[in-house]
Amino acid sequence: MTQEFRLKDEGLIDRSKKISFKFNGKKYFGYEGDTLASALIANGVHLVGRSFKYHRPRGFYGAGVDDPYALVQLIRNNETIPNIKATEQELFEGLEAKSVNCWPNVNFDIGGINNFLRIFLPAGFYYKTFMWPKSFWYRIYEPFIRKAAGFGVVTHEHDKERYEHKYEYCDLLVTGSGPSGLASAYSAAKNGAKVILAEDKPRFGGSLLTSEVTIGNQTGKEWADKIVTELKEMPNVVVKNRAQVFGYYDHNMLVMSERISEHMPKTEKFMPKQKLWYIRAKEVVISSGSIERPIVFGNNDTPGILLSSAAKEYMKVYGVLVGKKPLIFTNNDSAYETAIEFKKNGINPIVLDSRKELNSDLITEAKNLGIDIKFEHVVVNANGYRKVKSADIAKISEDKTNLGKIENIACDCICVSGFWTPTIHLASQSGGKTKFNKDIDAFIPSQSKQNETTVGSANGIFNLNDTLKNSFEAGYELSKKITSKENKLSVPAVVEKKNSKHDKFWCVPLPKGKKYKRFLDFQNDVAVSDIELALREGYRSIEHVKRYTTLGMATDQGKTSNLNGLQLVSNIENKVVPEVGHTTFRPPYTPVSIGAIVGREVGKHSKPTRKSPMHSWHEKNNAVFVDAGLWLRPRYYKKGNETLFDASKREAENVRKNVGVCDVTTLGKIDVKGPDAAEFLNRVYTNAWLKLPVGKARYGVMLREDGIVMDDGTTTRVSENHYHMTTTTAQAANVLSHLEYYLQIVWPELNVNVVSTTEQWAGAAIAGPKSRDLLQKLFPETDCSNEGLPFMGFIETKLFGVYARIFRISFSGELAYEVNVESDNGNFMWEKIIELGEEFKIQPYGTEALSTLRIEMGHVAGSELDGRTTPFDNSLEGLLSKKKDFIGKRSLQKEAFISPDREKIVGVVPLDKKTSIPEGSYIVRDANAKLPNPKLGHVSASCWSVEYNNPFSLAIIKDGKNMIGQKLFALSPLKNKSIPVEIVSSHYVDPKGERVRS
Amino acid sequence: MLFIKCPYCGIRSQNEFAYGGDATVKRPELNKEISDKEWDDFVYNRKSPRGKHLEFWHHISGCRQWFKVHRDTATHEIFKTLKPHEEL
Ligand SMILES: [Zn+2]
Repeated sequence: MTQEFRLKDEGLIDRSKKISFKFNGKKYFGYEGDTLASALIANGVHLVGRSFKYHRPRGFYGAGVDDPYALVQLIRNNETIPNIKATEQELFEGLEAKSVNCWPNVNFDIGGINNFLRIFLPAGFYYKTFMWPKSFWYRIYEPFIRKAAGFGVVTHEHDKERYEHKYEYCDLLVTGSGPSGLASAYSAAKNGAKVILAEDKPRFGGSLLTSEVTIGNQTGKEWADKIVTELKEMPNVVVKNRAQVFGYYDHNMLVMSERISEHMPKTEKFMPKQKLWYIRAKEVVISSGSIERPIVFGNNDTPGILLSSAAKEYMKVYGVLVGKKPLIFTNNDSAYETAIEFKKNGINPIVLDSRKELNSDLITEAKNLGIDIKFEHVVVNANGYRKVKSADIAKISEDKTNLGKIENIACDCICVSGFWTPTIHLASQSGGKTKFNKDIDAFIPSQSKQNETTVGSANGIFNLNDTLKNSFEAGYELSKKITSKENKLSVPAVVEKKNSKHDKFWCVPLPKGKKYKRFLDFQNDVAVSDIELALREGYRSIEHVKRYTTLGMATDQGKTSNLNGLQLVSNIENKVVPEVGHTTFRPPYTPVSIGAIVGREVGKHSKPTRKSPMHSWHEKNNAVFVDAGLWLRPRYYKKGNETLFDASKREAENVRKNVGVCDVTTLGKIDVKGPDAAEFLNRVYTNAWLKLPVGKARYGVMLREDGIVMDDGTTTRVSENHYHMTTTTAQAANVLSHLEYYLQIVWPELNVNVVSTTEQWAGAAIAGPKSRDLLQKLFPETDCSNEGLPFMGFIETKLFGVYARIFRISFSGELAYEVNVESDNGNFMWEKIIELGEEFKIQPYGTEALSTLRIEMGHVAGSELDGRTTPFDNSLEGLLSKKKDFIGKRSLQKEAFISPDREKIVGVVPLDKKTSIPEGSYIVRDANAKLPNPKLGHVSASCWSVEYNNPFSLAIIKDGKNMIGQKLFALSPLKNKSIPVEIVSSHYVDPKGERVRS
Repeated sequence: MLFIKCPYCGIRSQNEFAYGGDATVKRPELNKEISDKEWDDFVYNRKSPRGKHLEFWHHISGCRQWFKVHRDTATHEIFKTLKPHEEL
């Protein structure tokens, strides 16, 4: 199949490499080096999608990142990807793409009816219409809007691609490889600076690829190629194409997304699809160039109407004609380059110039080539629905308000140039100020906040000579600050054509009696009339106008629409543009894949997994694991077809009857050392610590300064100035920070050091009536009797030659011990316990059985110490020292904390002794009371009591202690349950605590 | 992401640090009788200024030292970092 609009040999594509691709199911051919857009245009395809609101046909408006139209759904390597810009997507063999925002297809789209109903869809339509009645929102409006909206569909599959993050530091980051970027990067690199040069497009050179200039004795492109080649060879320079610096953050941190493999049919193994670079740059040169502005006229969104610079790029880079009967509509000289390029390729363009006849290098050249130029002429309206067919043109008066006689001329494309808008997004994101430059009718960066310098056309400099001079200078000066070197290069001589002044004209008036839609924002379908309406309705601030009309809010972030929108608001308001101001530029400059932001931190890799030294034993013994913070802990050990309930009940019963062993390695452990350690603990914990003898453990509770319980655990005096503190698994990190805060900031006079030893020790809790017998077997030479090792006792000893610590502490409420050995010996310890425990019918138990045991004992844990409860609420008042001060003590005097109305911990048993109470249930007096039913409290933890063989829960309820004996209800609206219950003591089993001391 | 100079380790990225609150607040001495207001001012009441703010940061994934940062809360400019007992 021939590519009807492909030029013979113009362009930078590789004609020896033919590539086949599919668009909307139809097969086409292009060449290597094409974008999807250029290849489609080469095949005469201009209709690529439908607009957002009115579903009007959409073509191509730009040739790169500035294009607001050509979003497609891409199918690559069996994955479907929405929101891909056809003007940026490079062609690869087998590429498949589809139009979006149209149904059933792009040629006949049901939503196109919105176009004919558009009188009903003015600015703020959604706000006004879909507000009422309220009940319609979820059922009717939202689904409708969702179906009609959006540019493509996301897949429900996992993204199989790999994305990577990279952190990089450099002296100078240069964002864009046009003439200004190349010159500053080159000059800085030659002066010894470490430089990163980032170019969004596949090809380096920016405007040098399409402009007719000479630098030194080379063409612009040759010069660019030479500089890039040289930069790539320098060890102090990183040169990246397909890399968009999209965000400028605090302290000169910039983020760049590099497209590594999207231009290939699929990603090679071990290669990422994209790489996100976090770059901390000492200095930044913003050389992001400028984007051509549209001129606004009737139906200016018809496919076939595009920026004149894009038409030129399609010819010069891709060897593609956007049309064979071009109309060029301009208010400045640069469009003449496009006209001349057409002419050189044998096409006769007609130029409409809004200015009075004038001369310049370019205009003279065009005249000499015999190009038809109509000065003081404008395009009033474009005709054609799916593609432009003709244009209504007219002469315009000098004050640009009156149109002459309208004339219709045939054309198949209209190339528009309304002068240039510097791309100041990054400069503005950096926090720098901007100012309005009247000479170019656009904003340019002014005062910097961070270390950035904007050069070239991004700074409003549109001639090459000044651009190179300034950029060489900037690169030198910035690098000199860092490297202190003074290797200054001379600026090459430039030959370029001089431009005449542009015309401050941007919007063609409507002819009498015509109501043509004149679009400002092509992606969001915002027309001149929408802005006018918003202002009539009283919107004044540009930020409000933007949100009300959605001007500039689409995925293209108003790259082509912002300034014309501002012009319009200032015209209507009789203000000048700088008074209206521009809306805030926020990152990202271009859309970024969520995958790139997430990087490798996906699924299991999103956080580290911590495993105890005994993990593989648990795995081998059918442990079912549960996440406990970062840790994986055995929840239960499954035997046969057991359920969680069966297994945990079996394990807990065995602890109460025989002996069980639980991996408690995950408990936080902190070494507290120093001559003032006792005094420090005395301040940190609510109870007294000064008299704890060596070889003894003590249970302690610590508060936050606001009186809320922070954590609990036992701490053991290992030697005179050495304590071993344990924390809950969840709070370990917070407690360490807390201790460090007090030692470093509040009481630096205390001579104490703290360090986490959690990972240094493997821990096993041995619990149950037979635990002492087992312990004696494990430590035959140690006196494990009640006298030798009493409750809360501690000894250091050897476990078959391995250093071990035994703590006689209990969380299960049974006679119990915790044995710690160095982590490397954890498995040895565990296997010994299992081996020698066999005769006592030992079974390992998981966190579920552990919970059961502690709940029926009324021991509080994370579900009670939930960051909202005081020591009183948890019946821990016995641990509050009256004699000494401690962290948070003063808060306990607060009225609210001592009010009798406060919720307090109790036990809850269902009256039928059968129905389990869901955790989180409300406790209420009357199950059938009118809503909202006054809540007395909530159920914090539930278990199946193995001691009594019925369900038991802990709850925190108002005036808890006086409620004991009352019959209330537990309500779970989530599980639709209402359970009659009796309130009992929270100490359901062994309330006197005799077992632990036995 | 901020670039913070730990007085012990040098300049590191923000993701190594944890924010630690207003550094001008001083904990009342232990065992001292104080009014509810004084205590509330210590526990709860913060100025939360827009502009210069002296605050604590904790080099949590580094040397684990607490230190002071003098920062502009609006612009994120960091003027100075200090050890806990150094004054501005
Ligand atoms: Zn540090």
